Amino acid sequence: MEQLVAQTGPAVEAAHIEVRRLSKSFSGSPLYTDFDVDFPRGKIVSIFGPNGCGKSTLMNMIAGITPIDSGDIRIGGKTVKESRIGYVFQQYREAMFPWLRAWDNIAWPLRIAKVPEAEVKARVDSIVASFEIRFDLHRYPYELSGGQQQTVCIMRALVTRPEVLFLDEPFSALDYEMTLFIREKLQDIQMRTGTTMVIVSHDLEDAVFLADKVLLLTRRPTRIAEYLPFPLGRPRTAESMEDPLYLQTRSHALAVFKREAWA
Amino acid sequence: MTSQLTQRLLPLVGPLVFFATWWVAVAAHLVNPVLMPSPVDTVIHMAAALATGTLGGDLAVTFLRTSIAFLVAAIVGVPLGTALGASAPLYRSVEFLIDFFRSTPSSALIPLFMLIFGLSDANKIAIAAFAALLLVVFNSAYGVMNARKTRILAAKVMGATPWQIFREVLLKESLSQTFVGLRTGVSMALVIVIVAEMFIGAESGLGHRIIDAQQVLNVKDMYAAILVTGALGYLLNVGFLVIETRFIHWSGK
Repeated sequence: MEQLVAQTGPAVEAAHIEVRRLSKSFSGSPLYTDFDVDFPRGKIVSIFGPNGCGKSTLMNMIAGITPIDSGDIRIGGKTVKESRIGYVFQQYREAMFPWLRAWDNIAWPLRIAKVPEAEVKARVDSIVASFEIRFDLHRYPYELSGGQQQTVCIMRALVTRPEVLFLDEPFSALDYEMTLFIREKLQDIQMRTGTTMVIVSHDLEDAVFLADKVLLLTRRPTRIAEYLPFPLGRPRTAESMEDPLYLQTRSHALAVFKREAWA
Repeated sequence: MTSQLTQRLLPLVGPLVFFATWWVAVAAHLVNPVLMPSPVDTVIHMAAALATGTLGGDLAVTFLRTSIAFLVAAIVGVPLGTALGASAPLYRSVEFLIDFFRSTPSSALIPLFMLIFGLSDANKIAIAAFAALLLVVFNSAYGVMNARKTRILAAKVMGATPWQIFREVLLKESLSQTFVGLRTGVSMALVIVIVAEMFIGAESGLGHRIIDAQQVLNVKDMYAAILVTGALGYLLNVGFLVIETRFIHWSGK
């Protein structure tokens, strides 16, 4: 277990996202106070912690969705407003535009950025090809299954070639088969493009499986319980879930979680 | 197959029972024939009156007044409602006014409108437009205000400007609620036009025809005009539903 103990000191990898002295409180009760954390470039980090510890809030503050009270957040040295980010919501049904066909949903972020239509077509077609989509993108979102809708959401988030992709519980409303498919695609994208990814998960198995590092948080006021590396090689497959390193990392994460959740 | 046919015919059961009851009541002399002619006589009279043109003319006038009132309400109400809905403080500051006048029966304002517009055609249209306007504004505003937060966030995080969010997300999102407003608005416009035609010195229109026929106990003509008015209201409503399911295809999904 020794080698798994977190390095909460300066990160070895090049940091892509730097959070410094972040403070945030809700109606007077502090959630984060002088919180520091780094997210390494080109890696997948999962955020996991007890209910109400503010996993999603942390990610939303980094993504610029939730305002911060004080502190500094940089993505590659820039503010979030200056960066190109992608965000995948848990409630795909509410994140899609039901008046647009699936294809036009994917094209939307490019169109509002006034990208020429020929390039819009090329980029949407290329992302669709890389996902090996077998359903009809000419249909409306409400005509697609949940997993298909979430896949469309992920393609929409990736079509702008974001520097960072944020995913808020992307699997929690999906069946197991679809979870496996999307896991595979995310890993594939990450290996091919080196996109930095931040995933919030309430499922420990999901949190560990895809991650290069697992950020384990305490109960509020929230601190880092451990920042656990999971250096298993890629691509990770269904068999990886029987790998000793995976099992060891998961049970260690679970132990930390138990310690923090029922502390 | 049979069950499918039965399903198709089910909506006809109500009207058939209605006309049968009417017919039996008249044939068995349960009601005074002076007050209620048989449905057959009424429908024949209606067809004749429509064919000779006087009932058709009244129908056209009422339809025209309702349409103008509705168009005014829609052209003013949809932009106004969406603008109000886009700014919560703005809406809150006028919410009471809208709710107050929405709860006030518009017919109560007819004398007031008579003072302003006199006994003109403009009066009937203005009061109907006002009544429909409140419904349109209220529904459009609510459509915008109740837009899914996630959808707005999604647009924002994709880099949309506030104007793009308003035009591409809020407006589209509010459409199904706006249509509810338009549909109830057109029904309200018809109600007010009919009432106005009855009591504000009209020379034409279905409302005028109904009250005129009643005054001279021309009951067949009165029932015929009532049936035509009902059909007009029904068709306006159905027309809007058809447009709605066609264009707001995502509504309720």
